[in-house]
Amino acid sequence: MRWNRDLLFAAIVIVIVAGVGLIRPSFVWPRNLIGLFNDTSILMMLALAQTAVILTKCIDLSVAANIALTGVLVSIVNAAHPELPIPLLMLLAAGIGLLLGAFNGAMVWLVGIPSIVVTLGTLSIYRGLAFRASGGTSIVGHQMSPAFIAVPRAELLGLPMMSWFAMLLIAVFAFMLRGTRTGRAFYAAGGNPTAAVYSGINVGRTQFIAFCTAGAVAGFCGYLWASRFSIANVDMASGFELDVIASCVIGGVSISGGIGTVAGAVLGAIFFGVVRNALPVIYVSPFWQLAISGVAILGAVIINAGRERQTGRLILKEAAAS
Amino acid sequence: MTKIGTSLSAREMSEPMAATESPPVLETIGISKAFPGVKALEAIDLKLYPGVVTALVGENGAGKSTLVKILTGVYAPDAGRILLNGTEIVIRDAQAAFHQGITATHQETVLFDDLTVTENIFIGHQITGRFGMLDWKAMRARVKTILAELEVELDPDMRLRDLAIAQKHLVAIARALSVDAKIVIMDEPTAALSYKEVEELYTIVAKLKREGKAILFISHKFEEIFRIADTYVVFRDGRAVGAGVVSEVTPAKLIALMVGRTVDHVFPKVQVPRGESVFAAEGLSHPTEFADISFNLHRGEILGFYGLVGSGRTEVMHALFGITAPSTGVLKLDGKPIRVSRPADAVAAGIVYVPEERQRQGVVLALPVFQNITLPSLDRITRGGFLDLAREFDLARRYAGRLDLRAASLSQEVGTLSGGNQQKVVIGKWLATEPRVIILDEPTKGIDVGSKAAVHAFMGELVAQGLAVIMVSSELPEILGMSDRVIVMREGRIAGVFERAGLTAESLVAAATGNVAAEAA
Amino acid sequence: MTDNRLAARLIPDRIGGRSAWWKRWETILIGVAVGMFLFNSLASPFFLNPWNLSDATFNFTEKAIIAFAMALLIIAGEIDLSVASIIAIASTAMGAAASAGVGPAVLVVVGLAVGLVAGAFNGFIVTRFQIPSIVVTIGTMSLFRGIAYVVLGDQVYRSYPPGFAYFGQGYVWWVISFEFALFLVLAAVFAVVLHLTVFGRQIYAIGNNPVASQFSGVRVNRVRFILFMLTGLTSGIAAILLTSRIGSTRPTIATGFELEVVTMVVLGGVNILGGSGTIAGVLIAAFVMGLVTFGFGLLNVPGIVMSIFIGSLLIAVIALPIVAGRIVAQWRAT
Repeated sequence: MRWNRDLLFAAIVIVIVAGVGLIRPSFVWPRNLIGLFNDTSILMMLALAQTAVILTKCIDLSVAANIALTGVLVSIVNAAHPELPIPLLMLLAAGIGLLLGAFNGAMVWLVGIPSIVVTLGTLSIYRGLAFRASGGTSIVGHQMSPAFIAVPRAELLGLPMMSWFAMLLIAVFAFMLRGTRTGRAFYAAGGNPTAAVYSGINVGRTQFIAFCTAGAVAGFCGYLWASRFSIANVDMASGFELDVIASCVIGGVSISGGIGTVAGAVLGAIFFGVVRNALPVIYVSPFWQLAISGVAILGAVIINAGRERQTGRLILKEAAAS
Repeated sequence: MTKIGTSLSAREMSEPMAATESPPVLETIGISKAFPGVKALEAIDLKLYPGVVTALVGENGAGKSTLVKILTGVYAPDAGRILLNGTEIVIRDAQAAFHQGITATHQETVLFDDLTVTENIFIGHQITGRFGMLDWKAMRARVKTILAELEVELDPDMRLRDLAIAQKHLVAIARALSVDAKIVIMDEPTAALSYKEVEELYTIVAKLKREGKAILFISHKFEEIFRIADTYVVFRDGRAVGAGVVSEVTPAKLIALMVGRTVDHVFPKVQVPRGESVFAAEGLSHPTEFADISFNLHRGEILGFYGLVGSGRTEVMHALFGITAPSTGVLKLDGKPIRVSRPADAVAAGIVYVPEERQRQGVVLALPVFQNITLPSLDRITRGGFLDLAREFDLARRYAGRLDLRAASLSQEVGTLSGGNQQKVVIGKWLATEPRVIILDEPTKGIDVGSKAAVHAFMGELVAQGLAVIMVSSELPEILGMSDRVIVMREGRIAGVFERAGLTAESLVAAATGNVAAEAA
Repeated sequence: MTDNRLAARLIPDRIGGRSAWWKRWETILIGVAVGMFLFNSLASPFFLNPWNLSDATFNFTEKAIIAFAMALLIIAGEIDLSVASIIAIASTAMGAAASAGVGPAVLVVVGLAVGLVAGAFNGFIVTRFQIPSIVVTIGTMSLFRGIAYVVLGDQVYRSYPPGFAYFGQGYVWWVISFEFALFLVLAAVFAVVLHLTVFGRQIYAIGNNPVASQFSGVRVNRVRFILFMLTGLTSGIAAILLTSRIGSTRPTIATGFELEVVTMVVLGGVNILGGSGTIAGVLIAAFVMGLVTFGFGLLNVPGIVMSIFIGSLLIAVIALPIVAGRIVAQWRAT
């Protein structure tokens, strides 16, 4: 049933793309579609990370602030020590992100503060720290090493690196959520926390792991963001946390926990990418983008609400038969 | 072994068993557990033997579920030891219990509605293949085997949400059997099952017993204890107060042990002349839950609704109270049609409802007693549009007193009261609205014997004052003892209407099950 | 009905009086506020100037006015993340009306009406489809601000009539601004509604157990709907004040307000999961946040760094009582 929803949503996205393609054939040229996918990569990765957190009945509002802080920090390191290899910087970014996520997770797990409150706080703290670290200025392209900036633009087998990263992460999440105990524990901890305890699942620790995962992904995206846009400052990805959550919601990830798929989250992000890229192509003012997202979010949750409404016990025989 | 007060050691009492059977597979020695303000368990000694069904009997709050939670690793005991095949073990968490072969089906079916049957059976102890990858194929195959052994037809890929309650229970049992269990604990497994489903469960228990598993069967239904258990242990106030062989004990003896005195429960039926019709339903139907429900309720009458669990009684009550809308049909108060599209309408018309799920639907646990009692009557305690605290306390005090509520103060949180006293708060809340019709849905479910008697006595008082009462109950003695008239429901329809004169348990069960020759009574 | 068994056994109304004052959340907050005040007075010679203090109130009154309604909403177990977007759409509507040449009175009506309608829209979606309000208002947050973008694009409305400036810049008496006076009046109104009326009592009941409330005859959906309308209305008020104060409307107006409002409410001791909280707490939290912003401003600390402090404060004031409670429990146990 979830799978059907994803297929339906995929069909809708394809219809939109095809529709735009009818008006402007250049929109569906492979080159353009690859570009669209590439543009959406960061949103996709963050939507996957957020899905892990939302599955456990939590929410992480601090991912965009995490991007800003890690983006600024790795850029500073790169500017100061251009000789450090890029893979090391990527690890560093993921590591810093992991620590920031772990702080969120620890507050939720060990202190027992609701995740929305914790991440509302760290959203301010992390961005404030990004300001302190950057001294209020921007680290721009010419301060970064050429290798630092080159990575997202490099191509492998005709695909930009960033798209490869996204696809790798999709594969990892698909495997983790379906094929590992930890992944299934996300579903269990969010779907029914009481039952999870009875099944020997430590709900708090599971949530902690989800936050660490989300933090590491966000940190890695912090590096990608800085290198792709060749700038790192306190305003990086400002407000992006809501785009990420909106992607999850459109993709059918239930904010109450326990329901959601990798395909849904990825499609939710792609939907945003399509809308953003299609508007200028069909000569609609980009100022329509936000309103269209809003309508899409509302439409998606209303349709979901209809599908997930509790039915009764179906006591009458004729009702049970039908 | 020291004796504490009147409590008998279970260990001592089950010694005769040990002489004839193999050594115990599980033994607890001096298990104790306290919660803030409550001693939940005190020095519990218990022995479970392979192939023996031990009934654990006791009132609500006697500590049965606490023991289950300790044995399954949900709680850690404060003191005491647990021996498995003579070796001391520590049960760190639910997973550890599982791996040690201790499995349980819990009172509330603690399962995952959005996950499949297979996943529910294996969550927490999934089969893994290489690199820690989950092996879904192996799990699905294993589930098919377990379900076949249980002789149950279920699709392993169904989501739990799409299953009936009885099927969910079977999944819980299948889960308990998904590891090589040595000890199977069943915590009131029949509470939500229908007559036929209970029979199927007994077959499963017998099968497990033949396979040499030690079974701890928790129940407070005597007919099933005497039917399937070999030995018994009685808990009262967190202590084991009696144990022995079931064939050597009588129900009266068990009740005496449970409540600590001999209780000879007589229903305080008050005979009130039946008055004029107050409340009537005509042809109430719902698309999926019930059909053609018509009845007349009179002043001074207690109208019982009997039926199996899931026969649609609660659904009808929800329609009468405006929680779910029936698709067709008319409700009449004093012969005039009324519209009830939400509970507020029903309350305004003088129809009130004491719900079945007390903690979820009846009380606001975190609010104090007085605020719970006045919640539906707030408009009557205002002065110039503002709440008048003095009046509010007056109202609350009056009804708390009338129901003989046992609370330290009116500002005590309802969540800290016993189940029986919470039920008194719910009833008090409704009486404060001065209703004309009161609907009681399983009014004595899960409350202690003392409160039970108080609720029954109070129902008599209400009808004597001219109220009309509808009482939904699954307990035959209660239905037989209190009702003036009984409507029996089966599969969403009225299966029979019986007057008090000539009311027999056999005829009610026959109507409820659709069996002419009913043996359940 | 006659009470023939009146008061069979008397139960006292209360035992031991109300919970000790020094354990109350509001006391902790007042302590923080006083600490801030003293720190600021010592750190900056400009702090104790009445006009400076009066100026300082402008940075929290608009958010605090929304926070009062948001507190009611959160106590009832809901949340509205679209408040800043409601400001944007209401301000845009007022800008459009002002361009059409209407007077200040009509502008106020337009601002209030748009806020009310936007709130009603949230309330309708939440109650009609039974969707968690956090999701609904993330959607309307995009929708409302999106409409402002569609209308305005990269344009700015600036042509507000002269009389309109009073709401955001005028003074009622001496250093008491209109905004601050309105903030105090609304604090009193919301405190009375929440703590002394049937409606307020129903809010607490719903926040603690919506099912039992419905089963007790409380019209749960109606209460929720009214609360969303109230939050929309206060957002409309904030839109009037803010637009009047800065004298212009851009689609980016009030960006990020929603998180600051929620922070204020949670800092004020309202349980984010619903069921408890007071207006007094929110009022003090508003002052705390205002004092922090103002004090740091005097010390030339940039706004973004203050957010570190506010964020830490939010986590600390919630974490400390929990951690302290655990330490005390441990200490008692040994």
